[in-house]
Amino acid sequence: MTVLMHIEDLTLRTASRTLLTALRVDITSGERWGLLGKNGAGKTTLLHTLANLRLPAEGHITIQGSDLSKLKQREIAQRIGLLFQDQIDALPASVLETALLGRHPHARGRLFDNEADLVSARESLSRLGLLELETREVSSLSGGERQRLALATLLAQKPNLLLLDEPSNHLDLGFQTNLIELLRREVSSEEAAAQDRALVVATHDINLAARLCNKIILLDGKGNARVGATHEVLTRENLSAAYDCDIAKIESEDRTLFYPH
Amino acid sequence: MINSHPIRLLTLACALAAAAILASLLSGSVELSVSDLIRYADGTLDGIEHQVLSELRIPRTAAAFVTGSALALAGVLMQVLLRNPLADPYILGLSGGAAVGALTSIMLGLGGWWLSGSALTGAFVSVVLVFGIASRSGRWSTTHLLLTGVVVSAGWGAMINLMLSTSASTSVQGMLFWLMGDLSQSRISPAAILVLVFGVAFSLSGARTLNVLVRGDLLAASLGVEVTKTRLALFFGASTLTAMAVTLAGSIGFVGLVVPHMLRLLGARDHRLLIPFSVLCGGGFLVIADTLARTLVAPQQLPVGVITALIGVPSFIAILRGTPSR
Repeated sequence: MTVLMHIEDLTLRTASRTLLTALRVDITSGERWGLLGKNGAGKTTLLHTLANLRLPAEGHITIQGSDLSKLKQREIAQRIGLLFQDQIDALPASVLETALLGRHPHARGRLFDNEADLVSARESLSRLGLLELETREVSSLSGGERQRLALATLLAQKPNLLLLDEPSNHLDLGFQTNLIELLRREVSSEEAAAQDRALVVATHDINLAARLCNKIILLDGKGNARVGATHEVLTRENLSAAYDCDIAKIESEDRTLFYPH
Repeated sequence: MINSHPIRLLTLACALAAAAILASLLSGSVELSVSDLIRYADGTLDGIEHQVLSELRIPRTAAAFVTGSALALAGVLMQVLLRNPLADPYILGLSGGAAVGALTSIMLGLGGWWLSGSALTGAFVSVVLVFGIASRSGRWSTTHLLLTGVVVSAGWGAMINLMLSTSASTSVQGMLFWLMGDLSQSRISPAAILVLVFGVAFSLSGARTLNVLVRGDLLAASLGVEVTKTRLALFFGASTLTAMAVTLAGSIGFVGLVVPHMLRLLGARDHRLLIPFSVLCGGGFLVIADTLARTLVAPQQLPVGVITALIGVPSFIAILRGTPSR
């Protein structure tokens, strides 16, 4: 397994405080990382930094061996895709048009979409159960359908590293379960292994992270992060400290559940 | 609707633009026929008809088409840059700067190239001013840029009013015509045509990027768009097109705001279609408006800016009412 992204001594600051100090993480292909921490701890800021949408205060990030700051934005978008926490739709657009946006990084020098773009966009829509809605206006969709459309756009982009900011937003329980399966297959199936893929999910849902992820970054919002395998990081003590409230854990034969005590 | 038959609709738009140009060439105080045009192309037309075509109708029609196309295209680009449906080519204060330049030369009794030159200088000063303020603060956010433009426009507006109220009444008529937009003094130049051709080529080649950019800066960046570079290109591209249009014909309102919107309402929201449609329809629209402006109450000429609004308002309302709300 190869290192997909190498994060070295990453420090993140906002105008008023330090969110993260000297984070070192190697994201290896096939891995599913969970990014946890309370509100304002810096989850979204970290994801945006990894996608080169903002610059770190200090440190280096490389993707497949290339320094992020030296790559063109298009080259980054071919390798790193980001699902945003909120979907904005300023202007009217159809579902298919929106999914096709994901093909933009791959369409250099082409003015119009080709057959491969359409196939890829439709395949992504069908994986999220949206194919019948392809001609619908985005503004007529429900919140959950829009979230699935944003996921379909990300899948159509086919990045190596998927960064997802609260992917389960607006999704009902059935789709949350489907989402876990879908992301697991996207990154860790045999097919995916050949394509050098990994994901990072920022979420407030500890149980989602526990089910989906094999590695965790737990931010305390004061600059420190606990990094490690899921079962090592997700302990009662670590979580209670990070969230400033008592978090209990119950284990059944196949599942671990966390809840505020 | 437009997505289904882009080629057919594009042909239709070309035909409409050609019809508008033909109508403009044929109408006026000297009646011309299609056979006169054919003889003109052959080189066998002479006399007053030849003179009217080569010295009056063709230059004026060309100026109207180029101005209308440039304004409609600049409107599309400004609406993407500011992600605001109310954006028009003049929103960043460029027409105000040009107007102050033009009015100064009218006040001094200068015309012709002096008028165009001072309008261009005024437009350029305004672009530099807005760019300086917006980039100095390091904030290229749409709101910040919009506010800068509005404030700069207000400043120019005050200067225009000052000039109008203190000028001799003999020159005020000319000033008002310039402010409302007027093609009777227009001189089409190779430079103007070049600006339009380059503008269309560049915007069309970046049309796919514009589709992504209207979805928001962050999303566009995550999909590989160099946002700052693209926004700078939009700013200077739209400004150059507008400066060219304003220099040719004064500040003709309505074309840049309404033509792209009508086309969007009719379904052309993909910039790969919206850009060629806007160029063709904007040009055709201004050619028709100008033909009416010089023939309706001939021999007197009306300011073309008044006609664009008189046609534009009712047709826009009709389309707005006919479109199901989304």
